[in-house]
Amino acid sequence: MSAQVSSPEITFHPEHSDNTKAIWRTFWILSALTIIELSIGLLIYNIHKGEHPNATLVLAFKGMVCILTLAKAYYIVSVFMHLGDEVRNMIMTIVVPLGLFVWFIAAFLWDGTSWKNLRNKYNRIEVTPTEQVAPAAKEKGAKD
Amino acid sequence: MSTAAVQQGTKWWSGGRSPFNASYGKVMMWYFLMSDAFTFGAFLISYGTIRFSQNHWVDPNHVFNSFPFAGHTNLPLAFVSLMTFILIASSVTMVLAVHEGHKMNRAGVEKYMLWTILGGLCFLGCQAWEWTHLLTGQHEVLVNGQIEHWNTTVAHNPFGPEVMFNGREVATPGPIAFGSYFFEITGFHGFHVFSGIIINIVMYLKTKMKHFELRGHYEMIEKAGLYWHFVDLVWVFVFLCFYLI
Repeated sequence: MSAQVSSPEITFHPEHSDNTKAIWRTFWILSALTIIELSIGLLIYNIHKGEHPNATLVLAFKGMVCILTLAKAYYIVSVFMHLGDEVRNMIMTIVVPLGLFVWFIAAFLWDGTSWKNLRNKYNRIEVTPTEQVAPAAKEKGAKD
Repeated sequence: MSTAAVQQGTKWWSGGRSPFNASYGKVMMWYFLMSDAFTFGAFLISYGTIRFSQNHWVDPNHVFNSFPFAGHTNLPLAFVSLMTFILIASSVTMVLAVHEGHKMNRAGVEKYMLWTILGGLCFLGCQAWEWTHLLTGQHEVLVNGQIEHWNTTVAHNPFGPEVMFNGREVATPGPIAFGSYFFEITGFHGFHVFSGIIINIVMYLKTKMKHFELRGHYEMIEKAGLYWHFVDLVWVFVFLCFYLI
């Protein structure tokens, strides 16, 4: 029997299964995903050790690890934190604001790449003043 | 099945009940964890921004390749895998404690809370070892044409790009942001683990003193569990950002 929380805030109690099958299943899933991540990590290590590391291949493997991490996060939140057992309203009030991360990650990593490109273009030793290209300067003879 | 039917017909937003079907404390714990997720997210994303802005970053397999009592054996990813499994295991014992709480089994809650506290302490011990190893381990670096021995701190990074010097490959100083971000983010996570252990100890003592048994439910164990699982969740992402990619 599950404990009944006496509170007017709770309309009905989610059913808790009496066995721990789901918990152990999730434990094995998380362990398997971690082991796959580790083998990909070691694969990346060995690619880096080779003569000509293939940058696209490394990037693809890193992307795979990111997806596996998101899968792990899903299992932890859904099963261990029991968010999957809550009502839809509860799930949405937590998950929807996290959508902000999509913009957050994209914008800032883009920003970082832009810094790198700007630094490589205008490095500290050979800073040259930016050429002013006024619309009028495009015409012949306007330079003089 | 029956609850699903109740859920279908319930008018969640017409007042008189919580639209989230959860106690105030639990909803607020979730909101706190969401805000904490944004704090950690901001740290990790700023780390990503700085990393993307550099032409060279350190190779994690080169930095984190040692294991206690293994000397200088090259074991990339080994120690951090151990830390990850310790944290996953302690997450499982925590969810088992919550499960025993649903069944109103005080002895079961006590047992699994102790295992969870032990797991947390093991994790902190591992982190202490790793920090000590990084802060004291000396590495050869070529600085202004001379070989120096640097450790990894917030101001020193001996894992820069390698150059040829006197016929052998020697590392040059790398971006110092590596050390600051590593110690900042793993330190902030370690602080969460530490406070989680304190919360778990308090919950263990309250269980032992039969506070929850008299209250008639173990919801406090659930809330402490939410925090503890969140710590595990953050580690999953720290593990990804610092050690795997």
